[in-house]
Amino acid sequence: MAKRPARREFLKSGAALAGGLTLGAAAPASGQTPAGQAPASDQDHHGPSMIHEGKDLIAYGERSPRVTSVRIAHGGRPSPDNWGLTFHVAAPIQDSVGIITPSSLHYMGTTRGAFLPDVDPKEHRLMIHGLVDRPLTFTMDDLKRLPSVSRIHFIECAGNRSSRRAKNAQETHGMTSCAEWTGVLLSTLLKECGLKGSATWFVAEGSEEVKGASSMPIAKAMDDAFVAYGMNGEAVRPQNGFPLRLMVPGFEGIFHTKWLRRIKVVDRYYMNYNDFGHLDRDAKTAALSYQIGPKSVITFPSAGQQLPGKGFYEISGLAWSGGGAIKLIEVSTDGGKRWNKAEIKGTAHRMAHTRFGFQWNWDGQATELQSRCTDEIGQIQPSREQIAKYWNQPYDQTFSVPGLDNSIQPWRIASDGSVTNGFA
Amino acid sequence: MASLRTLAIALLLGASVLAQSRLREDASSGQAYGIGRTPTAEEIKAWDISIGPTGEELPPGKGTVREGAQLYRSKGCAGCHGANAVDGKAPNLKSKAPANVDVWARGRILPLRAPHATTVWDYINRGMPLNREGTLTPDEVYSLTAYLLFINDVIKEDEVLDATTLPKVKMPIGNDYASLPDWKPKTPRLKGYSAEVAPKQKQQ
Repeated sequence: MAKRPARREFLKSGAALAGGLTLGAAAPASGQTPAGQAPASDQDHHGPSMIHEGKDLIAYGERSPRVTSVRIAHGGRPSPDNWGLTFHVAAPIQDSVGIITPSSLHYMGTTRGAFLPDVDPKEHRLMIHGLVDRPLTFTMDDLKRLPSVSRIHFIECAGNRSSRRAKNAQETHGMTSCAEWTGVLLSTLLKECGLKGSATWFVAEGSEEVKGASSMPIAKAMDDAFVAYGMNGEAVRPQNGFPLRLMVPGFEGIFHTKWLRRIKVVDRYYMNYNDFGHLDRDAKTAALSYQIGPKSVITFPSAGQQLPGKGFYEISGLAWSGGGAIKLIEVSTDGGKRWNKAEIKGTAHRMAHTRFGFQWNWDGQATELQSRCTDEIGQIQPSREQIAKYWNQPYDQTFSVPGLDNSIQPWRIASDGSVTNGFA
Repeated sequence: MASLRTLAIALLLGASVLAQSRLREDASSGQAYGIGRTPTAEEIKAWDISIGPTGEELPPGKGTVREGAQLYRSKGCAGCHGANAVDGKAPNLKSKAPANVDVWARGRILPLRAPHATTVWDYINRGMPLNREGTLTPDEVYSLTAYLLFINDVIKEDEVLDATTLPKVKMPIGNDYASLPDWKPKTPRLKGYSAEVAPKQKQQ
């Protein structure tokens, strides 16, 4: 109901270019559309004021000036910093609806703080060489002639871990995003080059100033990795690797090499640049730092939001896993004592954010909300307490999850309707 | 009419057979699409900065600890990493812990913890100095690598590093690091981990 007046306003103002994502301001939980309370006839009688559209807004649309949800610097380092370097920037996941992150709000991460390279797509080349029969160089036009795939995938940064200091879901979970990516399967390109039998790994390298490089298994290259030139229906954004980025669905974010210029097929782990960052003594921790585990978070209600009072709420959230599609999402409204099956909204794509909902009647008592998910290969999202037990470590506020953190996020609901971080 | 139709079908079939045989022809040459250009050996060499553990990609050149110590100052390394390779804004490049301490307890020091000396060379060559990446000559990268390995007691002061000696440097970590699990589609992150951490529970 609340959506309708907003939509009318929207159509009347002619700003329909902005697409369907009109919700999601950092609005109170009490109704995401400020105009939602007004009856439609009232709107029609007075009419909304107008958005003045210059040529720029006609050429490339913008969201409503009333929607103020933005990305924020992540990890305590500003972006851009005093030198203009960008570090980690988190998406406003608490305001998200559906499963697609708008490109303008997609999280970004850089290995050590970086300037955004301005790559000319006419000059850009992708070279594939190493253990292949025929090394090949592709222009962007070459790549666009080849059979394409369009797939919805999340990318998540290893830095996406909750802490007791985090004030909202953007701080706990904003370093993941999900987009529709379009490009050419790496297997298509490698078959064109002719893979040699001795090939076991490949190194992917970007064209930015540090030429960031990572080693990855050739099995991933031949399974579902692809080189993407499209993102959410247009060219990949510079912050996400324009004109070409590697997609390795389900692997940690850093492997999704941006500004991709070179793929070298090799017969061993190359221990180049980013690989040093993955060096670990313990084989278990190393394994848990590679592929993203099953993970979910309730985005509404989440910390920093305010419930206006008892009554009906659809609890909403996102679940994803590097192991494949999400099969089951459960929600607990009593701090993890009882678990209830949540509804999966739409299609659960493989290695993609999956929206879930659970209908809840809040009785006005203080409680704690949690969500957990199970993926198609049976991996279940654990609680921090369960993880600590596995590692034989005491579960207290100093405990840090080894590998990528996919633990259950608790949100505390106070009797006054305020929502806070359950780890605080 | 019937014969005309047959002729048309035969022509169409013929055309498609011809097209398919062309595809097969391309397949026998290995390429299904024939798109992309073969780079020259020089082009590959110019771009290939991935230095693997064997060091086979290392360029000619050589470097010494003495030259490296000078370059460490003249190229600005000291400005970020500290005059003594510790306590700068950028990561420490020398361990503060003595050599008798376990290498994993001596800090995340690239020229100490790296499993291969080639990793140090690759890192400096591709990523340093900040904002002037790619400006060091091979000799300079060999020298800086030698200096950093020397101050961490990995090599002796008189060692000369080149394409032959660098890959042979024995790093203190030895084989004491984890290799990654064999990845296959639909593999769990760590076999048996999920069932042990979060056993399947009945819904209530």
